[in-house]
Amino acid sequence: MDVLSLSRFQFALTAGIHYLYPPLSIGLGVMLVLIEGLWLKTGKPVYHQMARFWTKVFALTFAIGVATGIVMEFEFGTNWATYSRYVGDVFGSALAAEGIFAFFLESGFLAVLLFGWDRVGQKMHFFSTCMVCLGAHFSAIWIVVANSWMQTPAGYHIVGEGLKARAEITSFGEMVFNPSSMDRLFHTLCGAWQAGAFLVVSVSAWYLLKNKHQDFARASLRLGLALGLAASLLQLVSGHRSAVGVAKNQPAKLAAFEGLYQTTTNAPLRLFGWVDEKHETVKGGVAIPGLLSFLAHSDFSAPVSGLREAAPEPQDRPPVNFSFQLFHLMVTVGFAMILIAGLGFLYFWRGSLFEKRWLLWLLVLSVLGPQIANQAGWFAAEVGRQPWMVQGLLRTSEGLSAVVRANTVLAAIILFSVVYLLLFAVFVYLLNDKIQHGPDGADLVPAGKLALPTREGA
Amino acid sequence: MNFGSLDLNTTWFILIGVLFTGYAMLDGFDLGVGALHLFTTTDEDRRVMLNAIGPVWDGNEVWLVTGGGALFAAFPNVYATVFSGFYLAFVLLLVALIFRAVAIEFRGKQPMRWWRQMWDLGFSAGSVLSSLLIGVAMGNIAWGIPLDARGEFAGSFWSLLGPYPLLLGVTTVALFAMHGAIYLLLKTDGALHAKLRGWINHCIIFFIICYATTTMATLLYVPHMAARVRANPWLFSIALANMLAIANIPREIHQGRDWRAFLSSCVAMIALMGLFGLEMYPNLVLSNPEILNSLDIHNAASSPKTLAVMLTMALIGVPVVLAYTVSIYWIFRGKVKLDKMSY
Repeated sequence: MDVLSLSRFQFALTAGIHYLYPPLSIGLGVMLVLIEGLWLKTGKPVYHQMARFWTKVFALTFAIGVATGIVMEFEFGTNWATYSRYVGDVFGSALAAEGIFAFFLESGFLAVLLFGWDRVGQKMHFFSTCMVCLGAHFSAIWIVVANSWMQTPAGYHIVGEGLKARAEITSFGEMVFNPSSMDRLFHTLCGAWQAGAFLVVSVSAWYLLKNKHQDFARASLRLGLALGLAASLLQLVSGHRSAVGVAKNQPAKLAAFEGLYQTTTNAPLRLFGWVDEKHETVKGGVAIPGLLSFLAHSDFSAPVSGLREAAPEPQDRPPVNFSFQLFHLMVTVGFAMILIAGLGFLYFWRGSLFEKRWLLWLLVLSVLGPQIANQAGWFAAEVGRQPWMVQGLLRTSEGLSAVVRANTVLAAIILFSVVYLLLFAVFVYLLNDKIQHGPDGADLVPAGKLALPTREGA
Repeated sequence: MNFGSLDLNTTWFILIGVLFTGYAMLDGFDLGVGALHLFTTTDEDRRVMLNAIGPVWDGNEVWLVTGGGALFAAFPNVYATVFSGFYLAFVLLLVALIFRAVAIEFRGKQPMRWWRQMWDLGFSAGSVLSSLLIGVAMGNIAWGIPLDARGEFAGSFWSLLGPYPLLLGVTTVALFAMHGAIYLLLKTDGALHAKLRGWINHCIIFFIICYATTTMATLLYVPHMAARVRANPWLFSIALANMLAIANIPREIHQGRDWRAFLSSCVAMIALMGLFGLEMYPNLVLSNPEILNSLDIHNAASSPKTLAVMLTMALIGVPVVLAYTVSIYWIFRGKVKLDKMSY
């Protein structure tokens, strides 16, 4: 394989595996804020027990998120040096902002969150939990801003020519609020909240099936379902807004997502199908006439650009079927999550959820949904932008490091694969161990400084 | 924000230096604790050592990540050249840091002996390899690396492992081990504390031998790294301050003032990094032998606009970061006590 394919594979591998963890940290962060907030408000011991247990799970996901994330910070330089020179002025500042505003906040207050139970009071602990959660969100903000700039560059100009050409910031505000950043951020965050919420839902449903830790599981399940359903419904809004943005700013990407070659009025929305790239058609599947036009342009008869118009040259097109399948996988799973969360919520509300074992089993499996959708969505977003690394400015093949050879990248891939597989195995092993162990009964009685009555309570 | 006639390029040269110095002072003791880890034998001692750095190592590592991000933003050409040029060395560094991190996290999660020994080894090897590679990278930057006319690295992985960079690597391991040992004195009591008091002399002697050798080697073989001090004798005061700070470490330890020993160790690091920066300035990556291909604060920098935006962010962010970093160290002050949340 050549350096380009290997470097792309390496990035996909490291970013894909890394991205299993940060959404869990972000989503669990919100869950922890809710749980501790409820504990502060109601003083019910079960919330303290929940806070303790889910903090441990949070710590696990956070640790691997940090460990795998440090690779990402340097991978632009190692494998994509030409890209780094080209975009450093713009992209680098977003990455540096992530360090200053997000990572320090997260890692600093994480110490209090994990080890401060007996050292600080309730309110300080709650404040630290909020800061960790905020830090996790800041980190999403800056990295999605940076990535969105690659999708829809704005607030820059090109200086120099040929090999010396590079993008320089003209307006920091326009760079941060580029046309796709806020919609994509909203979409990413909803996906992360789903990931955290459904992890809680899954574990709690499993306890209910096994008749273990009933009070803990019910309270956790209720909160998890509430956040999971809210995030899944919001995902409809954010997903729609993102798609409208893609239709406007990256028509070739939208055409690939839908396998649309010919610019069409009253364009159909395909529910599934198989794109025959050679004959430029979609085989099989089901399509709803006019819906794509409506969703993209709020008008059933509006024309939607096909690939022949948006990217007439085949070398300017992304891999169409691959983008199509991943995009549709994401959408399908997204709707399934709404259905699952809705059913769970409905029966929970009616009080009959705990007898419906099939639904509880479905909830146990629901943890996989957001992970699959998050991965598929990011792969669709990144592959759909190809052959561009920075849309319209820099091709992926032009961004490589000039001095790095294929066998070097291969060596790195092998090394990272071994380490990441080991990490993943350890993660699953320890997560399973924590779940089997379950919440600690002793945590129903708060100890240390936390046991002291708050000023208001006294 | 408008910074008037402020020299933004020099400001960012200094700020990047500050970030990496902060990393050395903070994560330096974490890595040093890792280097000493295998010298203890009981599980309890090892747990105390891990928990001494437990609440803070993660935040300390962020200094490196932020330093990398700031380098990318302020001097993208340096970021691109160094990371693509030192490719395998950095991949190894990343793997070492990953092992260090997860070993801390996972060691205590299971009671089995083989499990803990496996992660002890991962923690220690990861820490030592990280320190060594950081030193080797510094050594190469000081010695100069072959760059072509485009500013791309023209050497190979093996060419990075010259005797001088390796010497700096070993010196860094020694420096961090000493720094970590002093930090552990602050965080331990009882028998372990007494044992550490014995070890610290070995650490200091090991470091001073490395330090003297490095100084001699630098003066003999890397004369450009002494040129500015040679031309401006008053700058020798920094070298003198460095030596006095190092000499003060055993003195303070002997008198039982561990805090002052730790501060001296920090001052020594600041002085060393200060000298390094002074000798490098205005270059960030020295090209050797083609000196004209060097990357400096002008030909490697981002636009003035970006440097100004970033400086604004730093002025907002850094005071806040320092404030809560200090509070968190304050919350976790005092000797380590193991409890059920400990590693």
